[in-house]
Amino acid sequence: MDISSLTIKKIRKSLIDKKFSCKEVVESYLDNIQKLNKEINAFITVLDKQAIKQAKEIDKLISQGETLPALGGVPIAIKDNMLVEGERCTAGSKILDNYIAPYNATVIKKIKEQGGIILGKTNLDEFAMGASGEYSAYGPTKNPHNLEYVPGGSSSGSAAAVSAQMSMVALGSDTAGSVRCPSSFCGVVGMKPTYGAVSRYGLIALASSLDQIGPIAKNVEDAEVLFNVIKGKDFMDATSYEQPQKADKKVDIKNLKIGVVKECLGHGIQKEIVDITKEAINKLEKQGIRIETVSLPHLEYGVACYYIIMPAEASSNLARYDGVKFGMRREADNLLNNYFETRGEFFGPEVKRRIMIGTYCLSSGYYDSYYLKAQKMQNKIKQDFEKVFEKVDLLLTPTSPFLPFKLEERLKDPLSMYMADLLTVPANLAGLPAISVPAGRVGDLPVGIQFMAPQYEEERIFKAAKFFEDLC
Amino acid sequence: MIDLVEVKHIAQLARIKFSEEELQDLQKDLSSILDYFHKLEEVKIDDIKLSSHLSRSRNTTREDESSENNSQINKKLLELAPETKERFIKVKSVFN
Repeated sequence: MDISSLTIKKIRKSLIDKKFSCKEVVESYLDNIQKLNKEINAFITVLDKQAIKQAKEIDKLISQGETLPALGGVPIAIKDNMLVEGERCTAGSKILDNYIAPYNATVIKKIKEQGGIILGKTNLDEFAMGASGEYSAYGPTKNPHNLEYVPGGSSSGSAAAVSAQMSMVALGSDTAGSVRCPSSFCGVVGMKPTYGAVSRYGLIALASSLDQIGPIAKNVEDAEVLFNVIKGKDFMDATSYEQPQKADKKVDIKNLKIGVVKECLGHGIQKEIVDITKEAINKLEKQGIRIETVSLPHLEYGVACYYIIMPAEASSNLARYDGVKFGMRREADNLLNNYFETRGEFFGPEVKRRIMIGTYCLSSGYYDSYYLKAQKMQNKIKQDFEKVFEKVDLLLTPTSPFLPFKLEERLKDPLSMYMADLLTVPANLAGLPAISVPAGRVGDLPVGIQFMAPQYEEERIFKAAKFFEDLC
Repeated sequence: MIDLVEVKHIAQLARIKFSEEELQDLQKDLSSILDYFHKLEEVKIDDIKLSSHLSRSRNTTREDESSENNSQINKKLLELAPETKERFIKVKSVFN
């Protein structure tokens, strides 16, 4: 069975027409996992038995002539920082090595209700802290296009799984680019919704003011279907909201003006990336799309701003891992030393580094010079976007400032790794929706471009990404 | 370069045990990262007012009613704790 050309629509039609059974589809993906995972290391946990059982239920539904739900029979991989009840959830950390999820995340509940089939839990940088997949305590994920290169992070396993046909679609989480960066590096589509569009209940928190769950897929249409299933207000996440209904329901790409951010094609962006992005702009212009060059003057400050805000929030969020309530524990002579030993032994180096940065920035005497300043810069960046969106409807940039890099190339210098977030983090800081779509290749390494839109305008980025995808 | 004494103090606040070698690496890493943050000083931002991250300024509230007691989830949550006694999570004594 050739699964590489399958889409959600095609699976659905084929299942209803009885061209193949859901069990056959799921087994094909599980076979690929069996064959490839040893090398690529995309999955931490494979839920083969549960997936086959779910597939049989879908087949039964079809044989009884029942209506197939929106994701009926669609194989899905889940980043291992979202809770699937009764299954292990590690967040890529040894401190959660023994943690069994006591309930379903809201996104998982929705996927299950819509008949989606969860193939397994995918590898990630520990607690989603990283841009290469190399900070996982369960070994690095490899880029399926070239095993000597990183797949991008932190949703490394989810993007690699979709890219290598080990899953049809996947969920990732994106705090500064963790869905879009690996999607770009692995040659797939990855989307970060507006802050609050998708409930984070049951997502292991990194930086709560920025975290958002998003879909990863082979094409834009599948990403949109998955987004439509997981979005919506949830009682369990106070920041979630219902997508406002708009009067002008039909967005026509020909009526939209796309802004090309000049700072994203200049200093600090690898030449090959600039070339591919310019080619993409040309393709769009040839189709009569209106393009205007715009400026986000504070773009270059996004990374500095982010690496204050995120560690500050993360150091608070990760205080819960103390060996008392759940997770691993290392015994010592008293309670305080229990904390020190447990956290010292089971957190990895990058997590410790970020907790230390966050603790420093929040410690007495430093709050004004770091955290407050970062918040002000965040507002400045937000204002830049507001101004730009008065002139254009969408923004186009590369997704990553550089090509996928070799394993271990950036491990020694944390700052060089942080720079991977340069073009993706502004959307998180401003709470905007953004999508990465494949735009070309350099050798065997994929390159993605990114579309961003004002808050709640997911429809625009899907439209633009689909239009561009058809030109490629 | 930030002081090693300060790195140790932050490690105390963060409740993480480090080896001497780790502390020295952190001193180096933290220093270069904190230096990088000074980039923010290139921009005049004193005039910026702070507002909420979200443009939706309405707070989310719910009725002040207790939810149904779910003993299943309570049981599962307790089972995750390394040490329990009856319906409680057990810790070492805080006061001697």
